[in-house]
Amino acid sequence: MDLTPTPSQTVGPFFHFCLTTDKCCVRSIAGPQANGERVLLTVQVLDGNGEPVPDAVIEIWQANSEGKYNHPDDAQQKTVDPGFLGFGRMGTAENGSCEFETIKPGRVPGPGNVPQAPHLNVAVFGRGMLRQLCTRIYFAGDLANQNDPILALVPEERRDTLMAHADSTRPGGWRFTVRLQGEDETVFFDL
Amino acid sequence: MGQSTNQRSIVTPYRRHQAGSQPNSLYEPYRASVRRAPSQPLIFLPHTLSEVTGPIYPHGEIGETDNDLTRQHAGEPLGERIIVTGRVLDSNGHPVPHALIELWQANSAGRYAHAIDQHPAPRDPNFTGTGRTLTDEGGMYRFVTIKPGPYPWLNHYNAWRPAHIHFSVFGRAFLSRLVTQMYFPGDPLFAFDPIYQSVPDEKARQRMISRFDLETTQPQWATGYKFDIVLRGPEATPFES
Repeated sequence: MDLTPTPSQTVGPFFHFCLTTDKCCVRSIAGPQANGERVLLTVQVLDGNGEPVPDAVIEIWQANSEGKYNHPDDAQQKTVDPGFLGFGRMGTAENGSCEFETIKPGRVPGPGNVPQAPHLNVAVFGRGMLRQLCTRIYFAGDLANQNDPILALVPEERRDTLMAHADSTRPGGWRFTVRLQGEDETVFFDL
Repeated sequence: MGQSTNQRSIVTPYRRHQAGSQPNSLYEPYRASVRRAPSQPLIFLPHTLSEVTGPIYPHGEIGETDNDLTRQHAGEPLGERIIVTGRVLDSNGHPVPHALIELWQANSAGRYAHAIDQHPAPRDPNFTGTGRTLTDEGGMYRFVTIKPGPYPWLNHYNAWRPAHIHFSVFGRAFLSRLVTQMYFPGDPLFAFDPIYQSVPDEKARQRMISRFDLETTQPQWATGYKFDIVLRGPEATPFES
C-alpha cells in the first residue's frame, strides 16, 4: 500500500454543524482550576483585503503552566495539571473573531534543548483554505522572546506578527490577529 | 540561532510532505483561495515537542449512533445506504489507534442541513449528516450513512462539487492533523472540480477516492466503500532505530 499521507482539502463553508456546535467547540483550554496566569485570548482572522473571515476554525494546542504537554510523547519530568486540557477549538463569528479561556504556558524545550518562550500552537482552517495554516502565538513583552530559537528563524521585521498584545480593557485580556495575506501578513510555518 | 546541534534531541522529527502530494494554499481556479492564501513563503520549522504532541481524543463523548448517520432520527433518511470503513495509518504503515474522526456531508439530494446552504434541493428531516467515531486498536473505523449527492456552487459558471464526505482526523501530533474530503469512484465531476484538482500530483489526488468493496457490502442492506487515511508519521520508528 502507498503510504504517502492523504491530501488535505478545505473544510468548505458548511463545517459549523459538525465542528463548531456548542458540543464540539472547546473554548476553555484550561479550566478554572488550572495553575497559571489566566489568559482571555481573542483571535481575529482577516483576509488579503483586510476583511474579517467569518468562516474559519481556530485550533490551539499548548503546554501547561510548567511547560508540559498533555501527551504520552512528552517525557519531561514535569507535573501534569489535572485542571488543564491544552486543546481549544472555536469557529470565528461575523467579525472574524473568536475567544478562548486559558493560561499562559510554561517554557518547552526547543531545538538543541534550548528553552522556547511561552507560546501557543495555532492551526487555522477555513473556506478557501486548501490546507490548514500553522502559526504560533507568543506574548508581547515576555523577555524570553529575545532568546526563543524559533523566533530567531523569523526575519526580525516579521516577528511582531507572532505576538499577542495585552488588551488593557480587561484583566488577563490578550488579542492576536491572523492576517492571511498582504501587509503585515502573519508568519506561517512549514511544519 | 537555529543552528544544528550534536546534542541528542528528545524529539523524533516527523516526515515532511513530498512535493506535489498536498495542495498549495493558493490554487487560482478555486476562487476563495485567492485572498486567503499567504503571499510569503512558509518558514521552515524544526520539530519540537510543540509540533509532535497534540490533542488525543480532545473532547466529548461518543454516542451510540454517532457513527451511524441513518439512525439519528425517528425515521430513516432517503438515499442509497452505504458503509464507509477503513484504517487510519501513519506513513510508516503503523495503525493509529484512538484517533478521533469527525465527518460531515450533504444529504442524498446534495443539500446540507446547514442554515446557509441555499441550494433548492429538498431537506431530509431524518438526516443531519454529521458523525464521529474513534479508531480501534488496529486503526479501524466504520460509519453507516447515505451516499451524498453532488451540489452546485458559485465558484464558476455551472460549477458542481463531486459527491464527497468531509473527514476531520486527529492523529497523534499537532502536525499530523488532517482535514480532507472522501470522494466516490468514477465521479464524472472530478475533471471540473478545482478543489479536487488543487492537489498537483494525480496519484495523490486518487488517494482521496474511496473504492467500492464487495466484502464490506452487506447483502440486501448496504453497499460498502473502503477509505484508508494516511497521516504523517515519525522519520524513524522504534523498530528501525
